Amino acid sequence: MLKLPIYLDYSATTPVDPRVAEKMIPFLVEKFGNPASRSHSFGWETEAAVEEAREEVAKLVGADAKEIVWTSGATESNNLAIKGAAHFYSGKGKHLITLKTEHKAVLDTCRELERQGFEVTYLDVKENGLLDLDVFKAALRPDTILASVMFVNNEIGVIQPIAEIGEICREKGIIFHVDAAQATGKVVIDLNTLKVDLMSFSAHKTYGPKGIGALYIRRKPRIRLEAQMHGGGHERGFRSGTLATHQIVGMGEAFRIAREEMAEENARIGKLRDRLLKGLSDIEAVYINGDIEHRVPHNLNISFAYVEGESMLMAIKDLAVSSGSACTSASLEPSYVLRALGREDELAHSSIRFTIGRFNTEEEIDYAIKLLHEKIGKLRELSPLWEMYKDGVDLNTVQWAAH
Amino acid sequence: MFAPVYFDHNASTPLDPAVLEAMLPWLTEQYGNASSRHEYGRAARRAIDEARRRVAAAVGAHATEVVFTSGGSEANNLFVKGAAAFLKPGLLAVSAVEHPCVIKPAEQLARRGWVLRTLAVDGEGRVDADAYGAVLAERPKLVSVMLANNETGVLQDVPALASAARGSGAWFHTDAVQALGKVAVDFRALNAAGVHAMTLSAHKIGGPKGAAALVLDKRVELEPLIAGGGHERGLRSGTENVAAIVGFGAACELAVQRRAENAARLLALRGELERGLGAQGARLFGAGAERLPNTVYFAVPDVDGETLVGHLDRAGFAVASGAACSSANPEPSHVLRAMGVAPELARGAVRISLGGGNTAQQVQDFLKTLQATVSKLQQLTAMAV
Repeated sequence: MLKLPIYLDYSATTPVDPRVAEKMIPFLVEKFGNPASRSHSFGWETEAAVEEAREEVAKLVGADAKEIVWTSGATESNNLAIKGAAHFYSGKGKHLITLKTEHKAVLDTCRELERQGFEVTYLDVKENGLLDLDVFKAALRPDTILASVMFVNNEIGVIQPIAEIGEICREKGIIFHVDAAQATGKVVIDLNTLKVDLMSFSAHKTYGPKGIGALYIRRKPRIRLEAQMHGGGHERGFRSGTLATHQIVGMGEAFRIAREEMAEENARIGKLRDRLLKGLSDIEAVYINGDIEHRVPHNLNISFAYVEGESMLMAIKDLAVSSGSACTSASLEPSYVLRALGREDELAHSSIRFTIGRFNTEEEIDYAIKLLHEKIGKLRELSPLWEMYKDGVDLNTVQWAAH
Repeated sequence: MFAPVYFDHNASTPLDPAVLEAMLPWLTEQYGNASSRHEYGRAARRAIDEARRRVAAAVGAHATEVVFTSGGSEANNLFVKGAAAFLKPGLLAVSAVEHPCVIKPAEQLARRGWVLRTLAVDGEGRVDADAYGAVLAERPKLVSVMLANNETGVLQDVPALASAARGSGAWFHTDAVQALGKVAVDFRALNAAGVHAMTLSAHKIGGPKGAAALVLDKRVELEPLIAGGGHERGLRSGTENVAAIVGFGAACELAVQRRAENAARLLALRGELERGLGAQGARLFGAGAERLPNTVYFAVPDVDGETLVGHLDRAGFAVASGAACSSANPEPSHVLRAMGVAPELARGAVRISLGGGNTAQQVQDFLKTLQATVSKLQQLTAMAV
């Protein structure tokens, strides 16, 4: 028997893997010492666990444990990386580059820096969601100090050419920050070869707990940051505040599992995604958003034309998915990511992001396919736009009467 | 080998079993992102709303005044830097005995056009009234004085201090991290006296690490420390740590229910401890002031604090020397220096902070162990001389 609603929103957050939860619980119960307590075994025990977890996070991404700083999540990591570097290196220049399709944690941080006198270039992406390297090169200026490009887009799952961008940045002496919140466990990340200076991570997108993330800060060549949170000088002064041991232990275990199992898991998830795609491909007038090749296997983002977005979400509430409308507010703004791909507002509104994960089954995918066929069909039967489309009317030529 | 006795509750506390129970579903089967619009997300949102109500109720605040953060340090940083970013640079005043997560942000502002006044304290660790009055005459824009000190447990008369600051128009903040659950904390009353913001933390009251709050009068405007998505009314972005927030709510409720009973019990234990320490020639810090019922801060003359806590740990007692701080700083506590304690004596400082699980037997055992340890250390010193 299927448990409804079926969770197909693994890019919003993932369940904590039971192995992760098991590893966390002792640090909630008997191992409660403050890792900063230097005077007793309660503190040493938790400090050792924190360092072990740091090793695990470093290992997944080919970093040294000393390059990993704990934060409360990827949003904080992005803030620390971008503001911390911009403030520290503002003497060198005040220009930053990022993409229009970045996560709000990057975009809002850039806006804040603009208010402080920095200049930010927000680059367009190609219709497939990928950055054009020539466009990137053309945007570089002598006073550019930092570029921030996400590894994997949260809405459309496309993988940006991080290695190539890194080469360009290194050559020009520009600090390169990458938001990898959606990448861990999905793409191979090797910071030994990638010329990335700062990288943000989150636990809860990779089967770890919410409330914990990390920032990679390269040591060779050494990157300096201005701390954003001051106090007891934890994390070598980069980030003060008591370390949440159980969450850190959870992130370490989640990243260990990701390292050991991602190859196999990605193959399995890719098959489920392809099954979903194939199952939906006989529905008329559907559009895939984002490049299908340079994309993580977990993600499928589809626009269903001639279907009203909100009605569709109501009709398929047995599926826990994200829509093409802004997710953090009650507003009905169409997704800025889909708009950046050149999608019209209507198509953005009627788009669905399916993100498949560790605990999905073929049965669930088949249920989703069947439900979508049924509901999309019904909704279109009610849609005058669909009727016009079927009659061969080009809707772009229709003159709408104003009321 | 016996389990060590934990006497360091001001550093962190064990999670209450009821809190763990409240949290577990939100770690495992109820895993939605509170920003998601589907049922998984809406369930998480409801849990956060409920936790917000509980935290607010525990301190007599309104739920809409509670801003969740990742910890007390973040909440203190959010107030100090967030308020400063909203205002034009001016004067800010913080007490000399504040936690580093208030002092360091204040010092940072001092490098950015603000003028920092450090409020002197008397020999017992209380803000000096005359010195405070003089600073208020300079019309500070921000004032931060903690309710209870983490090292000494000394309580400040925050209502009086806030009330006095009213005329200056300052925004007044108090760090209540160590006070919550140990003494009555009523934001409505504090707010009426002139307190605009207050910091709370879960892991000091039997809740989890990773959740805390800034309780904030809505007339006060702050710039966020962490941008991106506009969570927490735009004051703190980032996916909510649902499990920890739920745990925080449950812990607040329990802490308030049990406070009076716990405080009476801990006060009795503290009395025994202090009598024993006095008999052994220890010097108590802040003993002349009103203090938290669970905290004892002392030094044995001519015995180094670091050395003593090391020996006590091996003998099965987890205590702290100075504050639990991550810096390997050999300097004596800034709190004791501010109180005018001689550096030689301050270097001997040991903090005992009791909690719900501690017993009279443990206190007696501790006093015996301390006596034996001190006399051993004194013999070693005598031999070395």
